[in-house]
Amino acid sequence: MSALFEYLVRLGDDSLILGHRLSEWCGHGPILEEDIAMTNIALDHVGQTTSLLKYAGEVEGKGRTEDDLAFLRFEREYRNVLLVEQANEDFGVTMMRQFLFDAYRKPLYEQLTKSSDVQLAAIAEKSLKETKYHLKHSAEWVIRLGDGTDESHERVQTALNNLWRYTDELFYTDQNDVELLANGVIFSSEELKKSWMEMVKTVLDRATLTIPNNGWQREGGRKGLHSEHLGYILAELQYMQRAYPGMEW
Amino acid sequence: MGARSGKCICGEAKNEKSILIKKDFSKMANNEWPLWEVFIRSKQGLSHKHVGSLRAPDAEMAVENARDVYTRRSEGISIWVVESNNIHASHPSEADSLFEPAHSKVYRHPTFYDVPDGISHM
Amino acid sequence: MLEANINELERRFQEKIDNDQKIEPNDWMPDNYRQTLIRQISQHAHSEIVGMLPEGNWITRAPNLRRKAVLLAKVQDEAGHGLYLYSATETLGADREETIDDLHSGKAKYSSIFNYPTLSWADMGVIGWLVDGAAIMNQVPLCRCSYGPYARAMVRVCKEESFHQRQGYEIMMTLAKGTPEQKAMAQDALNRFWWPSLMMFGPNDAESTHTAQSMAWKIKRSTNDELRQQMVDITVPQAELIGLTIPDPDLKWNEEKQGYDYGEIDWDEFWSVVKGNGPCNKERVDARRKAKENGEWVREAANAYAAKQKMKKAS
Repeated sequence: MSALFEYLVRLGDDSLILGHRLSEWCGHGPILEEDIAMTNIALDHVGQTTSLLKYAGEVEGKGRTEDDLAFLRFEREYRNVLLVEQANEDFGVTMMRQFLFDAYRKPLYEQLTKSSDVQLAAIAEKSLKETKYHLKHSAEWVIRLGDGTDESHERVQTALNNLWRYTDELFYTDQNDVELLANGVIFSSEELKKSWMEMVKTVLDRATLTIPNNGWQREGGRKGLHSEHLGYILAELQYMQRAYPGMEW
Repeated sequence: MGARSGKCICGEAKNEKSILIKKDFSKMANNEWPLWEVFIRSKQGLSHKHVGSLRAPDAEMAVENARDVYTRRSEGISIWVVESNNIHASHPSEADSLFEPAHSKVYRHPTFYDVPDGISHM
Repeated sequence: MLEANINELERRFQEKIDNDQKIEPNDWMPDNYRQTLIRQISQHAHSEIVGMLPEGNWITRAPNLRRKAVLLAKVQDEAGHGLYLYSATETLGADREETIDDLHSGKAKYSSIFNYPTLSWADMGVIGWLVDGAAIMNQVPLCRCSYGPYARAMVRVCKEESFHQRQGYEIMMTLAKGTPEQKAMAQDALNRFWWPSLMMFGPNDAESTHTAQSMAWKIKRSTNDELRQQMVDITVPQAELIGLTIPDPDLKWNEEKQGYDYGEIDWDEFWSVVKGNGPCNKERVDARRKAKENGEWVREAANAYAAKQKMKKAS
């Protein structure tokens, strides 16, 4: 299997699963304005999923469409990071998850606009604009919740403590990346982590939040080893395609 | 558009029943966010136009919310938000004295003047 | 204020309406006009917001990425429309939070159609086709309503809603052309939603308490029965075209009136759902109340932050 295919699926699945989580909020947001903002971000992710998985299907060359990839793989074949499949819980957890992810996605897309793979660069270019806004929005919220009331501070600090263990995986690299790195398709994840950490520190500082000092980290998503959440997400996501196989919708 | 009703001193039209301030202002210390008026300039537009209102805790969020609420179909390239409290409007009861005097100043319009046939660029 | 003065104000107000001039927030208006508008616009706003729930129910289960994006965009539009409409009620002095509390306490009504459950993917089609179809029919005349902010909100809503009905019909068409299971799914959805859709136009004209005054004030521009007839006449050929059957044995073309005769609506069911005894009334209001309660700490935090920032600036 080509390294590029694997890489595109990793990116595409991040968007697919995060978009799914965000769309669970639709109709239940803390205020109407925020309901609209969250669905906007969810919509951007559905769009990014479509571009990334469509291209993945083309790279693979077996005739699989973006829908085949999104809806018809088995659990162990999904490649998203564990962070994005974590449950919404409350608005604080959702925004913290979003911020930690956006702070990684933005510099990643910035790197990828310079990719030697023209189509990946084009997808990154378009997605970067959306992601900049996502990051602005989630950072604003983390700051407001962190430096809001005692209750909100405690809630997002707890969210940060619980989600921190999934952040190292954002910079996961393995054998798959070697060839892509060598060919200038993707770039160093160390650089990426540096920009991420800078952004995270700046925002958490303004939010009066503290990075937990527990160094324990979890990973597995990139290799298809997920938390128990993913199975339920897929049960919903795939319901129609599994119950009515092979039909047009 | 206009200032929110209930805030104006409705001059001659002051019909107490019709001014709907049944609000207990001590209760306003609840968590409802302030109201903002939103103005959008479209790509071809020469000026910002009032499009509606929304609620937001502060100006920064008001701009973001305005973007999400009022420009979902590429309606604009620039956004202004103003807290509704800060808008002061002319009152309809004064419309006569404010606007009618202009009706008689026809000489402000180019069509008031005769220009001989054959003259262009004027 | 003197009785005579009020009469004069009312006369001038009605004259303005008769001349198709718009009434604006600061203009004098009779108390009843204001109250009727607040009731009508807020009911409309609540319907948009509650209406997000039955469709939101299927976003995570949409059958492909295109349908998922469309459905998300549509439900998001409904949030936007609710917001435009709450804005319009606020110009009448009705605070949004209080308006919403009336929904949660059961004091305010919303369109009963949203108290029916969405049981299959085809319901997304039938809701777009019939429910949005009926809503558009109701709303287009309101773009000419006498109250300026409401009319302007409706212009925006109607413009945005034009895709809603089309995407619904497209779903139905795809299902009707599909496998036997898909066609059955589409027909079942039509069977369940047909009558509730016709109920959306409200009671018969003879029973409708508000129509005459609202027509004179131009905050309602067609009667319930006129709109209902229009809906039936437009929809029947659309159903025929894709091979679905309207679940009404009495449906018959009437050459004389150049429209369809249709069967009697089950008004007992209508009133029962209006009174709160529909299949999902409780679930819908509970969901909205919960969203508000769960958001309380968030709204509070944002306010607290804004207050701190103001203090910092001032010092």
